[in-house]
Amino acid sequence: MEATVTRAGATARELNGAGIIAAIKASGIEYILSVPDIVTSAGLLAPIAQDKDLRLIRVCKEDECIGIATGLAYSDKRALVLIQHTGFLDSINAIRGVAVEYKQPICMMIGLLQHDPEKAPKESPRYGVRIVEPILDDMGIAHHLLSVDADIARIKPAIDKAYAESQPVAFLVGRSPKS
Amino acid sequence: MMKRDECFRILARHITDEAVIATYSSAVDWVEVSPRPLNYLSIGAMGLDSSHGLGLALGRPDRRVVVLQGDGSLLMNLGSLVTIAAAAPKNLVHFVAHNDTYEANGGHPIPNPKVDFANIARSSGYAATYDFSDLRMFEQQIAHVLEQDGPVFATLHVEPSKPLHYDYASLYDPEKRKAFKAAWQMRSAQG
Repeated sequence: MEATVTRAGATARELNGAGIIAAIKASGIEYILSVPDIVTSAGLLAPIAQDKDLRLIRVCKEDECIGIATGLAYSDKRALVLIQHTGFLDSINAIRGVAVEYKQPICMMIGLLQHDPEKAPKESPRYGVRIVEPILDDMGIAHHLLSVDADIARIKPAIDKAYAESQPVAFLVGRSPKS
Repeated sequence: MMKRDECFRILARHITDEAVIATYSSAVDWVEVSPRPLNYLSIGAMGLDSSHGLGLALGRPDRRVVVLQGDGSLLMNLGSLVTIAAAAPKNLVHFVAHNDTYEANGGHPIPNPKVDFANIARSSGYAATYDFSDLRMFEQQIAHVLEQDGPVFATLHVEPSKPLHYDYASLYDPEKRKAFKAAWQMRSAQG
């Protein structure tokens, strides 16, 4: 469902966390590698931590995820890196070296901290958010914005493609998913 | 004080079908001692060796994984000790060659050569930790280090090496990554 009606009668656009987790599982993901991110904390990370079908590896710093996901990929195991955009920016060299230059299927779900979900990320007044998509474009990394429930359908095909073609992909979480 | 290549020659006698992750100076020495498809050399960014090792160890819990990391590299990813200890892979053995220098980057000293890696690994929660500075002691204990439940950590106190030749084109050859993947997954299929 892309929109719901609020009590006041206004239309609210939503992003359903359970729907995202279902799509992650449908994509064959077994491991979630994460540093907490306030955008995805309640709607994704908290329920994932309780989910028996997913193994959560809590890491100290986001670039660790890139190495761990690669080792898992060599072992035919799928992983999703769940981080905040600040952690993505901190991990650029690891993503450059491993995901891009060594062509590894690193799948990243990146919360856009303090992003206004009614704006496009490139139009954000926040510099850190505004530069994320251009950086991904410059690095040649496919990316998809998850802002409303209809966007969830993009997850499985994109993850399947990343593993089939051994290339990275990024999902930008533009609003806090409902838990 | 030991020499890294001497330690690796002893280690190589005990290595069979383990994945061995090595990078920079450790990779140069290791490849010379033990060239094999199950060497994992393409780390992509300094410091990630230990994280690649964790991924491999989690992905194949029935196979052993050996990480040969440098002290400068581990300092760039010190948090990985905590992450690895929490994930607690029983099949991971993690060595750090402690020679006090960023050897591959011009031989400059690490910020504090006195850093006690084994102690940090111990307090992070590794199942067992060791400090080796005597080659004979290392030779006596290496079999036990490799066979016990991990994660196991061992510091090898070594001298800076003779000047090494870093043939990065060869170390990072995409064909080596393909060979590793084929060897690792062939064993997956058999396992």
